[in-house]
Amino acid sequence: MEGSKPKLKLAVYWAAACGGCCVSVLDVHEKLFDVIAAADLVFWPIALDIKYHDVEEMPDQHIDLTLFNGAVRNSENEHMAKLFRKKSKILVAYGSCSHLGGIPGLANFSTKEEIFRRVYSESESVVNPDDLKPLSEYEVKEGILNLPEFFNDVRSLAQVVEVDYFIPGCPPQTERLLEVFVAIVSGAELPPKGSVIGAETKTQCDECIREKTENKRIKKFYRPWEIIDDGISCFMEQGVICIGPATRAGCGYRCIKGNAPCRGCYGPPAGVTDPGAKMMSSIASIIDEKEPEEISRVLEDVADPAGLFYRFSLPVSLIRRKLV
Amino acid sequence: MEFTPRIIAFLCNWCSYTGADLAGTSRMEYKSNVRAVRVMCSGRIEPTFVLEAFIKGADGVLICGCHPGDCHYQEGNYRCLRRFLLLQKYIKQMGIETERLKLEWISASEGKQFAELVNSFTETITELGPCKIKETMKVLT
Repeated sequence: MEGSKPKLKLAVYWAAACGGCCVSVLDVHEKLFDVIAAADLVFWPIALDIKYHDVEEMPDQHIDLTLFNGAVRNSENEHMAKLFRKKSKILVAYGSCSHLGGIPGLANFSTKEEIFRRVYSESESVVNPDDLKPLSEYEVKEGILNLPEFFNDVRSLAQVVEVDYFIPGCPPQTERLLEVFVAIVSGAELPPKGSVIGAETKTQCDECIREKTENKRIKKFYRPWEIIDDGISCFMEQGVICIGPATRAGCGYRCIKGNAPCRGCYGPPAGVTDPGAKMMSSIASIIDEKEPEEISRVLEDVADPAGLFYRFSLPVSLIRRKLV
Repeated sequence: MEFTPRIIAFLCNWCSYTGADLAGTSRMEYKSNVRAVRVMCSGRIEPTFVLEAFIKGADGVLICGCHPGDCHYQEGNYRCLRRFLLLQKYIKQMGIETERLKLEWISASEGKQFAELVNSFTETITELGPCKIKETMKVLT
């Protein structure tokens, strides 16, 4: 339309992630028409056939808003992160993997070598008598073939490039994305750079609908399948570990509404550096034992504290990988 | 150069810090590797403090509080004990030797025990050598 405001240029990229974030963008359903009315999608691998070199040829700061989902696992992810930083006015880390490292970040419990050994040699279904491993460069008579380099550490987006905003969630709630999108389109004043947007500042417990009392005294922890949830009272009071106390609110406590405890995908609330440490603090407060042997017995039910408390946040936590 | 460990000690105000003070005023000598951080109660020591200490270069972390039943705030030391046991499990998973994190009860009258504890803990950490955390965290990717 002539004379009207130029449309916003929007890009969505998928790095080391499962694809759920891209689907959460698709989940705008018929509102997609409103999005398209206000924005041109200039890059979105899940939906459009636009190539990397098309992005490379764009002038710097050509894209108004890039939603970058996925962690940085290999050199391709890193290259695209740097490219989108250069080409975008606003770069948003979209979803847990990009924000905190996410599920792929759990690979930081292993080294590159260990992962390759498992995947290409030891895995029960692998037949690899020549012990072939992927190389980032290989020469054939037609020329040199390249594969992205697999890094030792999984990193969050902000550990690679400067990030303007973070939208947490695994995946982020589509409604919250629309709110953010509408704010940008309408030219509303944006929060300071580096803010977590599309979420609250307090914890899940703060808005959780389950009934909570002061009586949090636990003598045994249960896995969710080990008890019959009463559907009403706080999971922690029933002895089921819920990561809500160390997790930012804003998702609309959907897991809780589905009678499943929170897993912590929205990351730590404002002001908390290490979500897992906060969770350990919280768990320790509710164990109703005083003797070391008894406490240890209760803690036996927490089989994998590192994996449980840092499920989405290992790469950005204080001890961001297993020591080597 | 010989390895001199750096140890952070979190001491509760009411018992352990006073105990450490007693060691000092009684002119007891103990190893100078310990940097004491006074907190109001051992229940104030968040797991974040301990992890932060390791990240910032501590080779060992010592936590001291009032004996069970003696906490100035009734229950703080029990919370500390539970956090400590959980932290032990966590740091083991992350590849930090559990011996690097120690919890002991020191009362206000136990200056001698504090001095002995510092000496023996310093010895343990010296034997273990520097914590790998510094080397690991230096490299990213």
